[in-house]
Amino acid sequence: MFLKKITAAAVLSIVAGTAYADCGISEGRVSIVGNEFPAIQTIGAGAQSCATDGVEVKTNLTADHQSINLPGMQGDPAEYTSAIIANSSIVALMNDDVIRPLDDLIAKHGGVLKKNQIVTINGKAMAVAFMANAQHLVYRSDLLEKAGLEAPATYEDMLAAAKTLREKGISENPVGGAYKAGWNLAQEFNNMFLGYGGEHFKAGSAEPNVNSEAGVKSLEMMKALSEYMNPDFLTHDSNATNAEYRAGNVALMNMWGSRAATMTDADGVPQEVVDGFAIAGPMTVGGGDTAASTLWWDGFTVAKNISDADAEATFVALMKAIDPSILSDEEVAKQAVWLIDGYAPTDAAKGVFAAANMNTIAYPMLPYMGLMHTALGAELTDFMQGKETAEQALADVEAAYVASAKENGFLQ
Amino acid sequence: MKHKTFFWFFLPTGLAMLIFIAAPIVSVVMQSVFLPVEAVLIETENCGPFGCKVETAIDQEATAKAREANPLGRFAGLEVYKDRGHLAFAEVSEAWRTSDSFGAFFGELSDLPFYRAMTFTLTYTFTVTPLLIMLGFAIAVAVNSLHHRLKGLVIFFSLLPMIVTPLIGSLILFWMIDSRGILGNFISYLASDPDLSLKASTPLMWISLIVYGIWSSAPFAFVVFYAGLQTVPQDTLESAQIDGATRWQQIRYVVIPHLMPLVTFVALIQLMDNFRVLEPIVGFSAQAHATSLSSIILTDLSGETQQLSAAATTSVLTIIGVAILLSPVLVRTWRDFKGRA
Repeated sequence: MFLKKITAAAVLSIVAGTAYADCGISEGRVSIVGNEFPAIQTIGAGAQSCATDGVEVKTNLTADHQSINLPGMQGDPAEYTSAIIANSSIVALMNDDVIRPLDDLIAKHGGVLKKNQIVTINGKAMAVAFMANAQHLVYRSDLLEKAGLEAPATYEDMLAAAKTLREKGISENPVGGAYKAGWNLAQEFNNMFLGYGGEHFKAGSAEPNVNSEAGVKSLEMMKALSEYMNPDFLTHDSNATNAEYRAGNVALMNMWGSRAATMTDADGVPQEVVDGFAIAGPMTVGGGDTAASTLWWDGFTVAKNISDADAEATFVALMKAIDPSILSDEEVAKQAVWLIDGYAPTDAAKGVFAAANMNTIAYPMLPYMGLMHTALGAELTDFMQGKETAEQALADVEAAYVASAKENGFLQ
Repeated sequence: MKHKTFFWFFLPTGLAMLIFIAAPIVSVVMQSVFLPVEAVLIETENCGPFGCKVETAIDQEATAKAREANPLGRFAGLEVYKDRGHLAFAEVSEAWRTSDSFGAFFGELSDLPFYRAMTFTLTYTFTVTPLLIMLGFAIAVAVNSLHHRLKGLVIFFSLLPMIVTPLIGSLILFWMIDSRGILGNFISYLASDPDLSLKASTPLMWISLIVYGIWSSAPFAFVVFYAGLQTVPQDTLESAQIDGATRWQQIRYVVIPHLMPLVTFVALIQLMDNFRVLEPIVGFSAQAHATSLSSIILTDLSGETQQLSAAATTSVLTIIGVAILLSPVLVRTWRDFKGRA
């Protein structure tokens, strides 16, 4: 798996190196910070192929990108000339005003971009999106067949299927879930809450609105699902649930689309797990028709506190990295649901595509959503452990959110 | 020493302390009493891969102007200290008024982040510190009585837990106590309960964290005590032996009194370290069961929106906590100093 990545990156950089050693930039500094998964590594390698004697290209791809990108862009000149972000994390950069509008650069160099790749905020293009992501169902078709079950389309079906799988002795803890206390647990709540038709904030304000019927029902569904999970579920992030799936311990799981393609690509994964791997769209819940999931895009931004030459070099290098020609490499094409022109969906992408067709709500780009996410992640654990009621947990979430929103000047 | 000589002698240290200790503390205190300026919000139309949507965003120009007028932010005084995320005065007095028993009151308290963190931090500090001192002392005495050829090797192995990076050490233990790990499986076999999981139970998680704390810090105590043991006066020991003291009596009445100043030193350092417990909580993914002041600071700073004022306030509270913990020892040192002078 790792070797494959390295080889892919190496091959790509050689191909890229020979094909476009000249990206058309003569000077400038490019320094990119971003998350670390195969698709973003491809982008990083693509940008690096633009390095010449006059152009320095550096990348820092790490899972901790979120805590370093803001401080790294606040200086003048900024250390990072570009941050690769998602619709959740662009908000922090917008809040502190460290990224620049891209309209002029898009007009000059953005010819190959499709209109829906351009992310505009208040009429100004602030980011260029290159891939889409969503959480959706992955399951073991062999185990479900053995139990005489169909792939669940709703969370209620998932619960019933889990019960059958356990009763028939096919799987002891059939459900997998990234319920690790903190960001992951909060994200699973968001999915369920939006599926029940909940809205995080009172219309047009920063007042919290999670302590509602939808919130209580969401928590009750999560609790019911957790009964069929590995008892350590509060320590499992998506890396851990991925490993559980590979080990053959899980039959049904809500999983990130960006991981689906490589889900079973690892040494030592049992053959039946590889053969039985199947992908379906996200599930609905409570009879609603909105999927209990969120849509995400990943894209790049350009820092504000840098010279125009550096900004242009950065933009051009990243445009090279997302050039439609990268899709001719099959390995690259299946790494993500690319928004790039000419992308044809692979099998691994059908979950994310189903999500896009199911009225799935995009993760809210609100200045105070990050604070709500943090409050949810910290305060829901007591309920999941059975230490307090759903209402009490949600009241705690709102109290914690209000305290931090007041501190940050979003509420009076 | 002449005052002038002392001044020049002390100047470099004094400057370093001022720049690297005093100034950061002043800046943290400043940050904890100021809040970011109030954000000016506007409705905007945002478009992206999934269509357009009217959403709220920050009005950059207006907010930048407000920031320029107040570069430090809004002065909030002790507001942040009093809010729910910290000392939670309003919530605590509310809980005091409405709960009819101490149990109910403490139940309400443990729902507030600061008090929940303090419960774990203090339990951790006051169990780990004495136990690691005892364990470190026991190892030191045992190693000291070994044949000199064996000593080097045994010392190396006893130091391993301290050499291993704390985060890695806790991760190793975390995997071992996983319900599918070697220790987790063994424990559930001993308890003949296949569903037993250390990571799913708060008391067991606390015990795991405490065991980790003792394991990782005992070598420090061991090294200090082992060095101390080399200075135990041999003639006192010999006379005790002639008087017919048993091995235990020699340790109790000769060795331990001799090492007492070192015990104070180790206790001082370890109280301070353990009060700032962070690595095992992160390594064990234990946030659902145990939080500490340091893990709260980490959460505040690593969210999508960084909460600098909240983190600064918790930092100041940590400094105050450490000062309170160390005050008995410091007062004693001061008295010794005065007595000598």
